[in-house]
Amino acid sequence: MAAVTPLLLLLLLSSAPSFSSGSRNAYNINGRVKIPQGLGTKGYALPGRMSNVKVLLNGGQNITFLRPDGYFSFHNIPAGTHLIEVSAIGYFFSPVRVDVSARNPGKVQAALTENRKGLSELVLEPLREEQYYEIREPFSIMSLLKSPMGLMVGFMLAVAFLMPKLVENMDPEEMRRAQEEMRSQGVPSLSSLLPGGARN
Amino acid sequence: MAIRSFLILFILFFFSSLNPILSLYEDQVGLVDWHQQYLGKVKQAVFHTHKTGRKRVVVSTEENVVALLDLRQGEIFWRHVLGSNDVIDGIDIALGKYVITLSSGGSILRAWNLPDGQMVWESSLRGPKHSKSLLLVPTNLKIEKDNIVIIFSNGRLNAVSCIDGEVLWEKDFEGESLEVQQVIQPPGSNLIYVVGFASSSLFEMYQINALNGELLKHESAAFSGGFLGEVSPVFSETVVALDSTGLILLTVSFQNGISFQQTPISNLVKDSFGPAKIIPSSVTGIFAIKMNAVTIVIRVTDENKLEVVEKTNHETSISDALPVSEGQQAFALVQRAGPEIHLRVKLAHNWDDNLLKESVKMDQHRGLVHKIYINNYIRTDKSYGFRALIVMEDHSLLLLQQGEIVWSREDGLASIIDVTTSELPVERDGVSVAKVEHNLFEWLKGHMLKLKGTLMLASPQDIAAIQSMRLKNSEKSKMTRDHNGFRKLLIVLTRAGKLFALHTGDGHIVWSYLLQSLQKSKVCQHPIGLNLYKWQVPHHHAMDENPSVLVIGKCGPSSDAPGALSFVDTYTGKELSSLSLVHSVAQVIPLPYTDSTEQRLHLLIDADKHAHLYPKTPEAISIFERELSNIYWYSVEDDNGIIKGHALRGKCTGEVADEVCFDTRELWSIVFPSESEKIIATVTRKLNEVVHTQAKVIADQEVMYKYISRNLLFVATVALKGSGEIGSVTPEESWLVAYLIDTVTGRILHRVTHHGSQGPVHAVFSENWVVYHYFNLKAHRYEMSVIEIYDQSRADNKDVWKLVLGKHNLTSPISLYSRPDVITKSQSYFFTHSVKTIAVTSTTKGITSKQLLIGTIGDQVLALDKRFLDPRRTVNPTQAEKEEGIIPLTDSLPIIPQSYVTHALRVEGLRGIITVPAKLESTTLVFAHGVDLFFTQLAPSRTYDSLTDDFNYALLLITIVALVAAISLTWTLSERKELQENWR
Repeated sequence: MAAVTPLLLLLLLSSAPSFSSGSRNAYNINGRVKIPQGLGTKGYALPGRMSNVKVLLNGGQNITFLRPDGYFSFHNIPAGTHLIEVSAIGYFFSPVRVDVSARNPGKVQAALTENRKGLSELVLEPLREEQYYEIREPFSIMSLLKSPMGLMVGFMLAVAFLMPKLVENMDPEEMRRAQEEMRSQGVPSLSSLLPGGARN
Repeated sequence: MAIRSFLILFILFFFSSLNPILSLYEDQVGLVDWHQQYLGKVKQAVFHTHKTGRKRVVVSTEENVVALLDLRQGEIFWRHVLGSNDVIDGIDIALGKYVITLSSGGSILRAWNLPDGQMVWESSLRGPKHSKSLLLVPTNLKIEKDNIVIIFSNGRLNAVSCIDGEVLWEKDFEGESLEVQQVIQPPGSNLIYVVGFASSSLFEMYQINALNGELLKHESAAFSGGFLGEVSPVFSETVVALDSTGLILLTVSFQNGISFQQTPISNLVKDSFGPAKIIPSSVTGIFAIKMNAVTIVIRVTDENKLEVVEKTNHETSISDALPVSEGQQAFALVQRAGPEIHLRVKLAHNWDDNLLKESVKMDQHRGLVHKIYINNYIRTDKSYGFRALIVMEDHSLLLLQQGEIVWSREDGLASIIDVTTSELPVERDGVSVAKVEHNLFEWLKGHMLKLKGTLMLASPQDIAAIQSMRLKNSEKSKMTRDHNGFRKLLIVLTRAGKLFALHTGDGHIVWSYLLQSLQKSKVCQHPIGLNLYKWQVPHHHAMDENPSVLVIGKCGPSSDAPGALSFVDTYTGKELSSLSLVHSVAQVIPLPYTDSTEQRLHLLIDADKHAHLYPKTPEAISIFERELSNIYWYSVEDDNGIIKGHALRGKCTGEVADEVCFDTRELWSIVFPSESEKIIATVTRKLNEVVHTQAKVIADQEVMYKYISRNLLFVATVALKGSGEIGSVTPEESWLVAYLIDTVTGRILHRVTHHGSQGPVHAVFSENWVVYHYFNLKAHRYEMSVIEIYDQSRADNKDVWKLVLGKHNLTSPISLYSRPDVITKSQSYFFTHSVKTIAVTSTTKGITSKQLLIGTIGDQVLALDKRFLDPRRTVNPTQAEKEEGIIPLTDSLPIIPQSYVTHALRVEGLRGIITVPAKLESTTLVFAHGVDLFFTQLAPSRTYDSLTDDFNYALLLITIVALVAAISLTWTLSERKELQENWR
């Protein structure tokens, strides 16, 4: 469908000899933006609503809009290598390199600049959807436990319940010594409770 | 050992549990950000009120916006911003369902579906030469059931089908010098008259069949006096023109051959004031002329006699004709008189009676009425009522109905020239406006809702209630300073010469002031606002003074036009004083010195390279004279490719005997070869930027010293051929050169050439780095490069012994005249989008890491971490480098959708991004403006110094309770155990 067609209408040539030579090699670029159905069902970019899509040539030198069927065209474009960008909220489009050839009118050469994929016709499709918001994770016990507060509680519980278990497995002899030491020191310290600390 | 490893694990968990949330959740939209949509100054409006349904109006504006507005509230139904070189020439409604726009000098015709703004068709019209562009949608003119649109543009008359935009016929007007002035369609006929002037003294008339473009009649007649300006059609076969002197009115009738009738203006009004100008109107039999400030409304009688019906000194606007009941036309006149505007609606053939006469109170700061559009409706008693849409001098748009302002839109805010900020007043006793929660029950209910929300138990209604509660938070729009510095005033200067103060909390207008110094007056015909500066920021000595801003403008676009200053109090929004300068303003340099009342010293450089100091007080002069030898600046002449450095020499000599005038001298100049290099961008650091530390600790405990100088200038030049648009050059004939220049000495510190690249270049300079965006023609992609500059002269200070023995050079004075020993590092990356502007975040102390704010071509603002633009990135960073935070090198910069600051919104017509530090170090305030305004708070390294809004207090409470419970439980358990031990 995409075609770069010469603008030179026969009529124009015959009736306007004073037409400036700069416009003599002006071409049209026609293309289409296609947003696949099924994409964009998540809210902001309403599917099928193409009225807020803009197509930009060479960084905003020309701006055009889409027709209801997604077609767009740029008029009066000189031969050369151009860049087409599509701006659509909710979608990521790769810019497209378009060669408009003066020698070979009617031939389109287009390639996505992001991944250097050649296009046989100028049909632009989004590379991916863009999700602008973080998605709130649903409430779960895991997230609660993973938070710093949860970890603190977990640590405390571990100390409270696992430590006595560790102590139980100790040699009763050593245990008594440790307890005596504790009594003699008066203030129980964490290091003395540990097996390593208890040894001396 | 076990404990240590456990602690490490714990800390690791602690940090990994904090998600890297730089972005928003959807329900946080509107909490700290606001978005306002505007249109710009309306230049044409067409009502659509025929059907019984919604009453709407289509407008086109000077910001190139075409939009459909609701007539009831002034809300935007839809809006399209056309490209900046696709200027709208005319709009109309066709078939009752399409909005037709003619743009780009009459070469693009588009039809938009009226209800939803979807483009229906687009056609490209071309012609042999440039000419006026005229759009005409004839009523009741059909070609095979198809309505047509008549367009005259580029010397060609086209008839275009309304249904699909196809050109049905076209007719060229090739006459060498023919300037078509009007295309007239007599109502109810199939004829079109094309009238114009040829070779300045020939009046030409073409009669054309609208159905097929056939030329029916061509007549021309010479008038020796020549013609001036526009013509105004008064009847379908009569127009009024002015002769070349502007003193004689010509009534040209072309019904049966062309006949001229001359009426000297002096015959109509006794005291004539020199050349007149015709104000075209579409009202049958009525037109207006303007001489200086006097507006004269003239009626043309059936015998082509002219009669003055009104002469007034007030600025008068006349609406277009509005057809009311069969064959009758109504039109409106509006004038400003003091605090009121007077609106009169009359019938075209009956001047003496008013259909409607109203006076409406109008804010003085809206200025004069510039345009009026009227529309009628049928009242319940079957009589006609009129509503008027008026455009004021400050570009605002208002709807008047029954003597009242129904709604108003501040569309001047669509064209902001400059922005600055001001602090709000400090909260004192008695000025508090905080609202206390109504009662305990309400309070409890609110918190219950919030708890439900956090536990994800809330129903949709509850969620909506929570959302509205959060958005309505009165805290953020209070009129006093807050602890975190989030509440400020954004002072903006618009193209209309109006100053607005916007509250950062919710974006409401606190005050607005139409600056008289920037209004059209007898002395100054085309005033232009230039810049805003902070004039007085009281904090230490002058706490009782109000802060004020300095507005700089000039009279006319030429470089030697005299300047104008005004000083505006930012608390009250009143002008403190204003000055009309005798000299021009080429450059303004805010100096880093303030006087005892905290007024900042400003140096204004005029076109003759004299420097003028403001304020003009003896104190300011004495401060300034002390620092005379430390003041340097540069100027860029991009047409000639020269950058010059300047310094001051002393008091002015010669005819200008002024205390505050100083002579300057040129220190250095850099001349770029004009045939190979053209300056396209220059960027310096922001004057108020704060740098926390010069040292940068890198991976292996090494230190690098940033080269931090306020006097660095980044310059980008391109090859002359490459200065055009993309697609106009081949990679071989284009290159881009980037320079880092010291503006005191003129020394080029760094120069790099990018072969096969071209502009436009957008750059940002901060601390010791510059980032710039340009187009790489070889890869045909955009690129961004970073240059970082480091000071090597301090590199050997790392030796501790030297520091101890005092042999370091840390305390030696820095002079830019000593040869700097610098190294630069740079790297380039691909970037997907075109860029409109780049800014960088700024914080109070400069500790927080930086983010680049990139305004993309899609009018979104992308926040990109500076870490992605670090020249020390490598493909495989070592372990140490990874710990330092170096990201593995990729060839292109990532675009993460969640890091769009503007989330799912567009800042249409984006022009600038401004960042202002909040008092809280982690947070920066971002204001993006274009046709739309957008404001948000940003925390580039997350809010590490304060709890965020969604901090989970419930969880904290639960944890404390759980800990207390656990302690008491273990206590009792151990008690019991001890008891058992003792019993054993």
